[in-house]
Order: sequence, then structure tokens, then C-alpha cells
Amino acid sequence: MFVFRIDNRSGVPPYLQLVQQVRQAVLLGFLRQGDRLPLIREVAETLAINPNTVAKAYRQLEQEDLVTGRPGQGTFVNEAPTAGMSAATYTSLRRGLETWLNRAHAAGLDEQAVNALFTAVVNRAKNENIA
Amino acid sequence: MTTTEYALRTDGLGKRYRRTWALRDCTLSVPTGRVIALVGPNGAGKSTLLRLVVGLLAPTSGTVEVLGQSPAANTPQVLSRIGFLAQEHPLYKHFTVADLLHMGRSCNLRFDQGLAERRLAQLDIPLDRKAGALSGGQQAQVALALALAKRPDLLVLDEPMASLDPVARLEFLQALMGAVAADGMTVLFSSHVVPELERVCDHLIVLNHSRVTLAGDIETLLAEHRLLVGPRTTADLDKAGTVVEASHSDRHTTLLVRDGGGPTAPGWQANPIGLEDLVLAYLRRPTRHDVEAPAFSEVPA
Repeated sequence: MFVFRIDNRSGVPPYLQLVQQVRQAVLLGFLRQGDRLPLIREVAETLAINPNTVAKAYRQLEQEDLVTGRPGQGTFVNEAPTAGMSAATYTSLRRGLETWLNRAHAAGLDEQAVNALFTAVVNRAKNENIA
Repeated sequence: MTTTEYALRTDGLGKRYRRTWALRDCTLSVPTGRVIALVGPNGAGKSTLLRLVVGLLAPTSGTVEVLGQSPAANTPQVLSRIGFLAQEHPLYKHFTVADLLHMGRSCNLRFDQGLAERRLAQLDIPLDRKAGALSGGQQAQVALALALAKRPDLLVLDEPMASLDPVARLEFLQALMGAVAADGMTVLFSSHVVPELERVCDHLIVLNHSRVTLAGDIETLLAEHRLLVGPRTTADLDKAGTVVEASHSDRHTTLLVRDGGGPTAPGWQANPIGLEDLVLAYLRRPTRHDVEAPAFSEVPA
């Protein structure tokens, strides 16, 4: 059974952490078509987390077509999303990031500096989308 | 069942002890199905508000309505729908756990003894043990099991985890969240500890100096607030929005603003704010005892 975790210090809203963990697990093949996600009550109890948060995460995953909720049975993983990125795109994006990271390290940036830079760029992009 | 969309509504609610107001001008409406955190420093009026909600205190001014009814009426119909766990989760120390269950069954209109017994069995808490001989965490679990056995529509908890060690806190929250998932009740609890609230609560009430300074769904509150960081300025804060808090260093000014998400001026960076920082900012705000309106300062746009 898939195991969620919550990092209180990450700054990412808890529901989004759950969504990202499923997304990532599907992407990396840890979750496959037909796998059942734990029940909302099970996740709420294990993580000591608000069940509304879990329900919200599951709703979003359904909207993204990653999972399907079947009343009375549970929530099941769909086949790998066609609209999502292909394995080739994933590999290529990952390579690009690795190249960039090597350049950053060569320029003397440590892990914290890399994270700060990455976060600043992501936030800037987010703000530009809002504005 | 009556049709009530609000678990809790107060209007101008106040409580005065002799000449001191413990709570004043408290106007809230909280929908059902939420897990609500009541946050504030000691003496802010948290316990007073909770006691008004469960009908243990009568208001000096204003009104309070729980699940569409007045708890001050103290009718069994209202009280059977409210569960209350007082601070330090008091139990009769010389009663065995079984005695306490027996008492719960005898004193309540609704009492699901089987539910309580299943919960206690899961936690390996022996029914023949005296309450006083249980660990603090176990006593808290027994008190919670008794409150949940009422199958309340609103569960009110006053600092439920204050005296518990980290493991017992986690186990308590696990039991509570499991119960919320199973029964869908509304939970209102007070706490000082903000970091653990974000995963548990979806609604927030901040009390400071006897007044509500912030209230709403947490997600909405976090989306409405932004931290703006820019070059130092003490005047002409031409940012869109309402400044909640401004702090200045040699070169930078940091503003916490509440707004509808307007664009950022050049040279300024907008960052999201976390729940803990948001709560702390509202707790640091100076209070204006004599001013009726909330203490927002409008910023020229």
C-alpha cells in the first residue's frame, strides 16, 4: 500500500504534498495502473492530518485524471497519463537540470544557494502568471 | 436533525468578569465540518470563548448559537450534540475506566459504549485500571474516547495536548483525525502550538487581548496575505493592499499585506507566507482597546 508522508517544514501546503507524492510515484513507476490508494480515513489517521485535506488531494488527483474514485471501493490509479509528459521528455528535462546543477556547482553555489535561486525563479514565474 | 449550515455563530459576543472583559465584540461564523484552531496567548480569552460555546458560561453581551441553537439554554437536546473536553482532560481518578464508561452511559442521551470500548482496546488501555494509574497520554485518550462516544456534532477541546509528550500528542491527533474522518463532526480546539495545526486544521480563529483579530478558512487566509520585500521605505508604501505589519532593516522593508493579489511594484518581491508567520504577525499587532474598528491602516494605492 502506498505510504504518504507530510513535511511540516517544507512550506508546501499539506494537500499539495500528497498530490505531488502521487504524481511523482506515478511518474517514477512506483504506482501503477489499478493500484489502490489508501482510504481517506486511513491517511487521516496514520498521518494525523485533516481528512478534508486528504479528500482535497484526491479530488485534485481525479481532476488531473491520475486516479479514479469508485464509490464503496476506493481510489485507483489510472493508466499512465497520456497528456502528461513522455518518458523521453522526463529524461530530457532531468538531464537539462543535471547539466544546470553541474554549472551551478562549478560556479561555487552550494545546495542552499541552489535552492534559493531555484525558489526565487519559481516564485517569480508564479507571480508573473498571476499578474 | 435541524438544517444548520453553521456549527458556530456569534454576534457581538462578550463576557465580563466584574470590571474586566475576558472576551468582547466577538463575531464569528464557522461552517460545519471544519476543524477549527483557536489560537492566542494565555489570557487572550480562549477558554472563555469555549465555555460560552458549550453553555458553561452565559454571555454578558451578544449572542452565541451552536448548531442553530443557543447553548445557554442548556437543554439536553443541545448539550447531547456537543462534546467538551476541558483543559488537562480531567477524569475521576479513583474510577476505573469501566466505571467512567458506565457513568458516561448513565449521564448522556446518546452514548455509544461499544465505540468507546473498541477505541480503548485498540490503544491497549485496560478497562479495569483506575484512571489515576494511567499515563497522561492514556488519560487523554480515555477522555477523548468518552467525548467521542457521545457522537457529538461539535467537539470542543480546550488545550487538549498541552500536557502531553510528543508521542502522546501524535497519538491523540491520530485518534482525533480518524474520528473526524469516520464521523464528519466539527471540531473546535484551542492551542498555543501553531506548527502542528497546519496539517490538522482548516479554519483559524486568532484571539488576542480579548478580541478576534483574524478568522477564516486557512487556505483563503494564506492566499489573501503576501510578504512584500523591497528597498527600505517608511512612507509612500505604494503597494496594493492593506498593511498588516511593516518591518524595516537598513536597506529593506518587509510588508505583510492582505489584498486581492494585486501586481507587485518594480523592485519588490512578493512571497507567500506560512501559517505560523501569519499567526505570529497578528499576535504581534498592537491592540487598540478603545477603537471599535479593526486596526488596519490603509495604504495609499
